[in-house]
Amino acid sequence: MLSFFLRRLLLLIPTFIGVSIVSFAFIRLLPGDPIMLMAGERGMSAERYLELQHQFGYDRPLVVQYLDYLWGVLQGDLGQSIVTKRPVLQEFFTLFPATLELSLCAITIAVAIGVPAGVLAAVKRGSFLDQAIMGTALVGYSMPIFWWGLLLIILFSGVLGWTPVSGRISLMFFFPPVTGFMLIDSLLSGQAGAFRSALSHLVLPSIVLATIPLAVIARQTRSAMLEVLSEDYVRTARAKGLPSRRVVGLHALRNALIPVITTIGLQVGVLLAGAILTETIFSWPGIGKWMVDSVFRRDYPVIQGGLLIIAGIIMLVNLLVDVLYGLVNPRIRHAR
Amino acid sequence: MSLLDIRNLTVEFRTAQGPFRAVDGVDLVVDQGEILSIVGESGSGKSVAMLATMGLLPWTATVTADRMAFDGHDLLTMSRRERRRIVGRDMAMIFQEPMTSLNPCFTVGFQIKETLRYHLGLDRKAAHERAVELMRQVGIPEPERRLSAFPHQMSGGMSQRCMIAMALACKPKLLIADEPTTALDVTIQAQILDLLVGLQRDSGMGLVLITHDMGVVAETAERVVVQYAGQQVEQQDVKALFEDPHHPYTAALLAALPERATSKELPSIPGVVPGQGDRPTGCLFNPRCRFATDHCRKVVPPHASSEMGRALCHYPLRHGVPTGHPAHMEAAS
Amino acid sequence: MSEAIEPVGDKARLDTPPSVLREFWHYFSENRGAVIGLTIFLLLVAAAIAAPLLAPYSPTGQFRDALLKPPIWQEGADPRFLLGTDAVGRDILSRLIYGARFSLFIGTVVVILALVTGVILGLVAGYFGGWLDTGIMRVMDVILAFPSLLLALVLVAILGPGLMNAMIAIALVLQPHFVRLTRAAVMSERGRDYVTAARVAGAGRLRLMFVTILPNCLAPLIVQATLSFSTAILDAAALGFLGMGAQPPTPEWGTMLAEAREFILRAWWVVTFPGLMILITVLAINLTGDGLRDALDPKLKRS
Repeated sequence: MLSFFLRRLLLLIPTFIGVSIVSFAFIRLLPGDPIMLMAGERGMSAERYLELQHQFGYDRPLVVQYLDYLWGVLQGDLGQSIVTKRPVLQEFFTLFPATLELSLCAITIAVAIGVPAGVLAAVKRGSFLDQAIMGTALVGYSMPIFWWGLLLIILFSGVLGWTPVSGRISLMFFFPPVTGFMLIDSLLSGQAGAFRSALSHLVLPSIVLATIPLAVIARQTRSAMLEVLSEDYVRTARAKGLPSRRVVGLHALRNALIPVITTIGLQVGVLLAGAILTETIFSWPGIGKWMVDSVFRRDYPVIQGGLLIIAGIIMLVNLLVDVLYGLVNPRIRHAR
Repeated sequence: MSLLDIRNLTVEFRTAQGPFRAVDGVDLVVDQGEILSIVGESGSGKSVAMLATMGLLPWTATVTADRMAFDGHDLLTMSRRERRRIVGRDMAMIFQEPMTSLNPCFTVGFQIKETLRYHLGLDRKAAHERAVELMRQVGIPEPERRLSAFPHQMSGGMSQRCMIAMALACKPKLLIADEPTTALDVTIQAQILDLLVGLQRDSGMGLVLITHDMGVVAETAERVVVQYAGQQVEQQDVKALFEDPHHPYTAALLAALPERATSKELPSIPGVVPGQGDRPTGCLFNPRCRFATDHCRKVVPPHASSEMGRALCHYPLRHGVPTGHPAHMEAAS
Repeated sequence: MSEAIEPVGDKARLDTPPSVLREFWHYFSENRGAVIGLTIFLLLVAAAIAAPLLAPYSPTGQFRDALLKPPIWQEGADPRFLLGTDAVGRDILSRLIYGARFSLFIGTVVVILALVTGVILGLVAGYFGGWLDTGIMRVMDVILAFPSLLLALVLVAILGPGLMNAMIAIALVLQPHFVRLTRAAVMSERGRDYVTAARVAGAGRLRLMFVTILPNCLAPLIVQATLSFSTAILDAAALGFLGMGAQPPTPEWGTMLAEAREFILRAWWVVTFPGLMILITVLAINLTGDGLRDALDPKLKRS
């Protein structure tokens, strides 16, 4: 198992180098000169320009610049934001908990509803319930989530006035971040109503972000269950006289979960892509919004670093999913 | 009272091309301590009839019968809950593919103990002890260690032994074995058959052995039912059947056995079992029967008398000669 | 139980085989959702083609006297505008009809771009193997390591905002799926007897790749193409929404949404209708795709 893990980790190295080259090269291709951008409206003298170019190392050959960059990355130095002048990694770590909190809520909703819905649809295959669940799932799967978010805002914030439109918590509350998770921090702060406020800010973005993963998980669970339900061992379980609940919920589901876990893992990429839109709509101060803002501000080091970190996260999660896949599948766990 | 008593069992599947009758008016009686064999080619509905008895058919199947009783309980009218209390406990079944019949995600021990705990309410310790005992009973070496093995770590023969152990867990009164040796190596086949027969003798349970292999029948069974295209075509004691088959299909099956072959070339039965779309009129076997007449092609044959093995034939054979057959009548007269 | 159903296949084989297309249609039309999806899709295509005839007004024409008019069934509506007007007095219905042109155009161009490059790369990787294969697949791994929308966003930022660049960016992030599919299919087909037979008969490399092998991997590619079509429309709309796709005043649905964002709490219709069109279009294509998958290849009946 450990050697399996290490082998997979080794395989990631060329991909990671590729990712770093891509994110490095992108920035060199972006139109607009970062130094001119720094100067802003004021402009600058030719000497000052060359001086700055030298200071940032932009006058050296690209290969040298890349190796220098890679060396920095390996030491945890992703450069500095042009706009805020803060280290990219530090910015990332301040914003990441917001995205993580949102993503965790979304995936929890998606799994908690998607898996049972898929199981139900498979068990009642062909029924009205099955068609209703699968129809809904297909709508969710086809949903332009940026529009879905706006619709929910119109309904819940506009018409009903239940939920706030943007941000993570009402401005009335302030407390220092401890965990970075607003739900937990608000509880720790002990301020009355803070948790409620945090929760009400979290609900709509979570639903929006959960929509597509939920649909995908429900569809995948249904098809995995259908396949498993026709297996011989399910018949064996029935032949033992076990109640349906146990046959479906234990014998079948345990096997069907193996491919579903892979699907759930693959949703991390979907979540991070979805975070770009969701966070923009709800002004959620996470890394998705950070990336969009940086693209508009042409904050090259941030785009570069953000691309690298996000790709790194996805690669790492995929690796973890592979490991988890091995853990839940005895055939792999006990191989060799 | 018989252990299992089935009268006029019919099973129909709903398919995209309309209903398909897989089992057609089958009668079956199994007594305690008896080995009954059901023989037939693929598609003869022999497994389906037994799956119907166990209540294991998918929802596309419709089961009807005049009577379907097990050990005095009417299986037709009982609730699903009551039926689950019998299935797996008093009436157990093992299947053709041992490798895929065990759940790959759970250890063998878990799967055996599950039955014990569910039906008999044994606690952990008692279940474990009984599981070890069962594993020993079915001839698995190092039972304690094997209990924690996963199915993929075992061979086909070993898996089938585990399946048998699982089926025997609650000391069933009836064991249904659906082609238990078909998927196994030839050497293992004999071992598993011996095991089954031995266990049956020791416990006095009824055993229904479904097979397409006449050789298996000859070695193990006491009574034989021959099925063709969902219908029962003959029913006899095994000795009598091998000596004097009354249905042309049985006769053809026996002639196809290598050890009974008289010529250099092994005789085979031409054609295949009719399917949904090509069911012949009259006798279902007529397109493949060498004695078939126009009468056979038009009129559905009745069951012959018990002495004639209840053969489903217009001209049941007696010592290889079709009785009442026009061609043979002329030859005789 | 399988034995009970088996003979049905025998029967079908005995009959004269129906033409491939008819058999396909038979399976496809069994799926009610797929037929509905295809019908809606065809209607959209018709609307896109006939946009100048169908649309009551020009998509960019402004009516200064009718700003933010609600749809006709609401109070204060202007009877000239069925679905109301936007903040600068343009007829929403007309813009939606013209918008169909953009979405379908985007889908078509992106799928063709991704399909052609993906299939060629996949064929090359699968057919030649070796370092070429490793190289191509590593690059695809790298592309797939990024969330597609993020990569497309950054790409558009590099190329400059605009519809054409958005399409190129989306095609680039979608094509690895075609590469992987084609490569896998080629690798499994390469060793088959019919390929060897063609090679023995003297077929050239290109002929082997495109004429002999490719047609046998078509089914999964067609399904993937349908999926990519809807993904392309969604992603292009998302880029438009973020301000990186089609630029105003183009009546592209995503761009319309971006323009409408500030009015969401005042004028629900400017937000609702463009998004609804995106949803209906994508849903119709996905329904068709599901039907195609079931009809073309039962083995693909997953997810």
